Amino acid sequence: MATSYKMQGNTLWVQLEGELDHHLAQQVKKKCQMMMVSNPVENIGFDFLKTDFMDSSGVGMIMGRYQEVHAIGGRIYTKNVNRNIDRIMTISGLYKIIGQ
Amino acid sequence: MIRFEFDSQSENEAMARVVIAAYLLREDPTLEEMADIKTAVSEAVTNSIIHGYEEEIGKIIMEADIEDHCLTVSVTDYGKGIQDIEKAMEPLFTTKPDKERVGMGFAFMEAFMDELSVESEVNKGTKVIMKKRVNQWSKEN
Repeated sequence: MATSYKMQGNTLWVQLEGELDHHLAQQVKKKCQMMMVSNPVENIGFDFLKTDFMDSSGVGMIMGRYQEVHAIGGRIYTKNVNRNIDRIMTISGLYKIIGQ
Repeated sequence: MIRFEFDSQSENEAMARVVIAAYLLREDPTLEEMADIKTAVSEAVTNSIIHGYEEEIGKIIMEADIEDHCLTVSVTDYGKGIQDIEKAMEPLFTTKPDKERVGMGFAFMEAFMDELSVESEVNKGTKVIMKKRVNQWSKEN
């Protein structure tokens, strides 16, 4: 069980595995920043297929990545978001920033 | 009533959610109620770890009780406490923007639970008490 990171063109796809809380968010942040140094990352995509939980720490982590890719003209993508996580993204206003 | 004491390590955030979820099962909650409560507990525990102890190791105590289908859950730490509770509870207010905190912890607790109260004393610690009625659906139907 581990979150995996894969480049697809200039998009870094993060296949999240486990619950996106403060603990996992810290790890994902670090790894994304490392990947951005060593790869031509323009966009970051988060695949929530294997995640059914996210709290405000996850929101903060995605906002942080948004600021980094936005600075270089990139985007954030999300996919396979379940109802609970969709609710968190809506309530937090995250969709208004990253787009749905 | 249950009492769960653990170290303020981020690995234990998931543990706190599992414990409250397991305790709640007897009430046959809806998936949404379960998600609400797990999120609120996660926010409270994360606050204790990041703000209460500022990522040093201390004890966190989660206590929960169910009475008449109403869950009361509290999260207590003996960390640095909150100077201005009102300010801390303002949505989008955070003292740690550098750590990618968005200031939504208390807002989520308020949104997902029926009641929220916060007791805190500087350098003594913080206790967050939350209440939520569960199992309304099967009672009404």
